[in-house]
Amino acid sequence: MLDNNQLLRFTTAGSVDDGKSTLIGRLLYDSKSIFEDQIAAIEKTSKKKGHDGVDMALFTDGLRDEREQGITIDVAYRYFTTPKRKFIIADTPGHIQYTRNMVTGASTANVATILIDARHGVIEQTKRHTFIASLLQIPHIIVCINKMDLVDYSEEVFNRIVGEFEQIASKMLVTDVRFIPMSALLGDNVVNKSENMPWYQGAPMLRTLETMHISSDINKIDARFPVQTVLRPQSDEHRDYRGYAGRIASGIFRPGDDITVMPSGFTSKIKSIDESEREIEEAFAPMSVSITLEDDIDISRGDMIVRSNNKPEASQDIEVMLCWLNDSPAKPRAKYSIRHTSNEQKAMIKEIVYKVDINTFDRNTVDKSLNMNEISKVKIRTTKPLMIDSYRENRTTGSVILIDDTTNETVAAGMIV
Amino acid sequence: MSKYYLNYLDELESEAIFILREVWAQFQNPVILFSGGKDSILVAHLAKKAFYPAKIPFPLMHVDTGHNFPETIDFRDKTIEDLGVQLIVGSVQESIDDGRVAEEKGKNATRNSLQITTLLDAIEANKVDCAIGGGRRDEEKARAKERFFSHRDDFGQWDPKNQRPELWNIFNGKHFQGEHFRAFPISNWTEMDVWNYIKRENIAIPSLYFAHEREVVRRDGTWIPNSEYLILEDHEEIVTKKIRFRTLGDITITGGDESDADTLEKIALEVSGMRQTERGNRSDDKRSESAMEDRKRQGYF
Repeated sequence: MLDNNQLLRFTTAGSVDDGKSTLIGRLLYDSKSIFEDQIAAIEKTSKKKGHDGVDMALFTDGLRDEREQGITIDVAYRYFTTPKRKFIIADTPGHIQYTRNMVTGASTANVATILIDARHGVIEQTKRHTFIASLLQIPHIIVCINKMDLVDYSEEVFNRIVGEFEQIASKMLVTDVRFIPMSALLGDNVVNKSENMPWYQGAPMLRTLETMHISSDINKIDARFPVQTVLRPQSDEHRDYRGYAGRIASGIFRPGDDITVMPSGFTSKIKSIDESEREIEEAFAPMSVSITLEDDIDISRGDMIVRSNNKPEASQDIEVMLCWLNDSPAKPRAKYSIRHTSNEQKAMIKEIVYKVDINTFDRNTVDKSLNMNEISKVKIRTTKPLMIDSYRENRTTGSVILIDDTTNETVAAGMIV
Repeated sequence: MSKYYLNYLDELESEAIFILREVWAQFQNPVILFSGGKDSILVAHLAKKAFYPAKIPFPLMHVDTGHNFPETIDFRDKTIEDLGVQLIVGSVQESIDDGRVAEEKGKNATRNSLQITTLLDAIEANKVDCAIGGGRRDEEKARAKERFFSHRDDFGQWDPKNQRPELWNIFNGKHFQGEHFRAFPISNWTEMDVWNYIKRENIAIPSLYFAHEREVVRRDGTWIPNSEYLILEDHEEIVTKKIRFRTLGDITITGGDESDADTLEKIALEVSGMRQTERGNRSDDKRSESAMEDRKRQGYF
């Protein structure tokens, strides 16, 4: 691996029949990320279950219940590396009752891969997966039009499906979409360029993943530094050190920058930025650093250091697209804990504005319930201001979770509108 | 003009440091589970970076099976001294002596599953609310489902079907009295990433990872080291081979590979060409397809 190799995170969503496991299996196998003893174990189990050939889902489905039922339930993470990049796959189920797992997997992804069976074209599930990718603002989408071998590698079929997809995508906020005709089973356009589809001029999937530009996926404009904890060493050598530790959410900071601490509004200048023992000249997202300031001001966890000429909005009333994750439904006007970066406050769902039908994108303003796997636009009131950006501009400072204090469970994920 | 993106190792490092600081901010009484293996050494190294110039603000905890490689214990003690942190030891031998657990019998006996009781006892006795481990998702299929912040009920059990969703970089460590969390800062690292990073940072690791001449016996397709706990079968014979260990568990169950890799560069090169998973030589994982999931449900690392 070269020193400047990047990390790319992508999601796959789908059920057994889509060829999702086959696709993942091929990427892992062809990049030599599946080991011989793992293959031997899968072969043994496949045989025991009476399957023809090797069932790749046995490799991706990690829990006993999943293997027994033959379904993916929870998000599983897979890893593979090529000479160009390291990849993390968030492998998620595709069925509507696991929307919350898809949302979870999508939250950190650079790329969403959406699988379409060439025989069936765009179906309800395709719309759902695209909607989630758009809602979670995954910067890039690769539409894998799979099983091309079963439609005679027809360019006409491919073009028709591209047209269908573009029609649904035009209703959503998606920016970078690429279409790849493939056969995951036979290996066409996954790792190697297909000889069966000379009409396709683009790159195969792996090459696309290896070369797509992802450095701009993180906001480098709005400098935001949520404080995680304060470092105050007790040793004689560093007695005067007071460092604010955290991970830069977005933007770039440099020593000498004029900063404002929110919500207090105190201003100062950055004295130094430290990466452990090393003092550095600039720091950008997503680096974990420790920042010292010229002035001694009261700063603690939950505060945010920002550049004085570019501040987020401080607000107690926020509108969010909320995905409900818990099997007990949302309780309007009940109190929850809300977590936004390192800041935690109490919050109340004041109003459910509308619910989205994630298959048709229709808005329902009548049904005011919010159940597991459903997505609604809601108004939330917090006890103290949050320092927010819109999710569209900033995935880190634009996202929140709700925690039910009676169970301590994470019950909802929200994207600030 | 500088580049404004991180390479994959820097991004993994930044993520792990973020998790470690998050644990410190959200829990009262965390510990790092330290076995003396490369993954826990890596976690300790990352924790040192996360809190520098302060010392690591919590102790290291070692669950001592009594069946250690002697080098591991020496290495542990030196690490503690260098970091200037406290060491908590949970002793499996004491759990046996107290009648909390019973020793397995026979040639394949291991103290591996006995560690669960000792670990949970040590967590309870020291009021630990978060135990930080070096578990990685690429190690094993049940671990692929693990969260960064993983909830354990008041019996120390993991319920893989009822895990809290983890979105973005927001981690929920809220828990009730008696419950605790396990945190896994290097979840997204692969074995190769660990070696590349150890090499880059020149992190000290026990000599066991480097190829040396050792006394070993061939058993179940791997080389088991000679030790006072080894019970030889009639047909088995002690031989001397140049061996290195890919993982370090108990001396009774950890198999080595024949190797000439005696530097970090050679190890990284060797690992990149490996066609077997690293846990393939651990007899504790060979017992059944869901061996790891079953142990984890009960409270294993």
